Amino acid sequence: MSHRLAEWCSNGPILEEDLAITNFALDLIGRAQGFYRYAAELEGKGRTEDDLAYKRNERQYFNNLLAELPNGNFATTMARQLCLSAFEYYFYTALQNSKDETFAALAAKTVKEVRYHMTHAADWVVRLGDGTTESHDKMQEALNDLWMFTGDLFEMDETDRAMAEQGIGVDIEALQPQWTEYISGVIKKATLQMPEAEHMQTGSRQGIHTEYLGHMLGEMQYLQRAYPDAKW
Amino acid sequence: MVDVQYTKEEIFDLLSAIADPEIPVVSIAEIGMLRDVCITEDGCEVIITPTYTGCPAMGIIEADIKALLDSKGIKSNVKLSYTPAWTTDWISDVAKEKMRKYGIAPPEHSSCGNIVVAEEHIACPQCSSTNTEVISRYGATACKALYRCNDCKEPFEYFKCH
Repeated sequence: MSHRLAEWCSNGPILEEDLAITNFALDLIGRAQGFYRYAAELEGKGRTEDDLAYKRNERQYFNNLLAELPNGNFATTMARQLCLSAFEYYFYTALQNSKDETFAALAAKTVKEVRYHMTHAADWVVRLGDGTTESHDKMQEALNDLWMFTGDLFEMDETDRAMAEQGIGVDIEALQPQWTEYISGVIKKATLQMPEAEHMQTGSRQGIHTEYLGHMLGEMQYLQRAYPDAKW
Repeated sequence: MVDVQYTKEEIFDLLSAIADPEIPVVSIAEIGMLRDVCITEDGCEVIITPTYTGCPAMGIIEADIKALLDSKGIKSNVKLSYTPAWTTDWISDVAKEKMRKYGIAPPEHSSCGNIVVAEEHIACPQCSSTNTEVISRYGATACKALYRCNDCKEPFEYFKCH
């Protein structure tokens, strides 16, 4: 997600948005560093957070599908941000109660940042939805196109379930009603229609992704693949 | 090398002189990032906590700590700790006043619940007027927002409560 958002750098519709979106990207990098560093430490095989970010293949990534989708236009980016940030808000709010001290601390930090992302994205969804006919249509189209990837957010695999049962992770499925209520509130305020869910595309829990992730990793991991262990 | 001439408190005092790279008028101790110093067998371990997870100043702060202690002949290791999570509540009142004089409106609320409400009527650091408005929720750094004072017309940065 951070990599995607960074693609807006110098391409934002206005300077303030350029700053906002790249600041989201920065928050997300910091969060990834924190979690990857902890994962590497727990694994204890001498890998670092950078190894986990730059040396895994597509199928070894378990990010939500929504996070890897292309930026599209500004409406697509904000609609995607709203869906994802709202999910993260409820997810990290719950993770603050994790029995794992590091998870709880990282979650407490993340929640504060995500609240800004979510509010910012919601403001834009409302502004564009309740704007001109053109901005309204673009925002509605963005939501309709992204909707089939939102079901993936709430899927759980065996590891997720085991972590939730032990009070380390979060019961992700249980977050869906709160998320839906919040999103539908924003959509209503934006004078938009809730998209219909005919089919939900999932797969991230099994490492099965959209065609976009591979291309993105190709760019993101290029340097470490071409010059392994390069440092600068 | 064990350098026995420095106690934990002395090292802490030394480190308190290190300025925040983004807001050089306040120190890393005043802003609440410097958490602890532990004397170890071969030097000391300095525990710092990030303000924002992705704060790029962390690398500079770590380098500053090492360079300062190196110059005193103290071997150090800098550890990043996320527990407990940093909050703007840890910024001392003295530091807040220094920020204001520097032109940055300090965080006004305790780690607030409702950011939309908390973002209103931030006092202008130049003229103290609360007739101000948000220009952008993100400024030059993730921790600050851009504001404009409707009375003195000056733009200013606000350190968001966190």
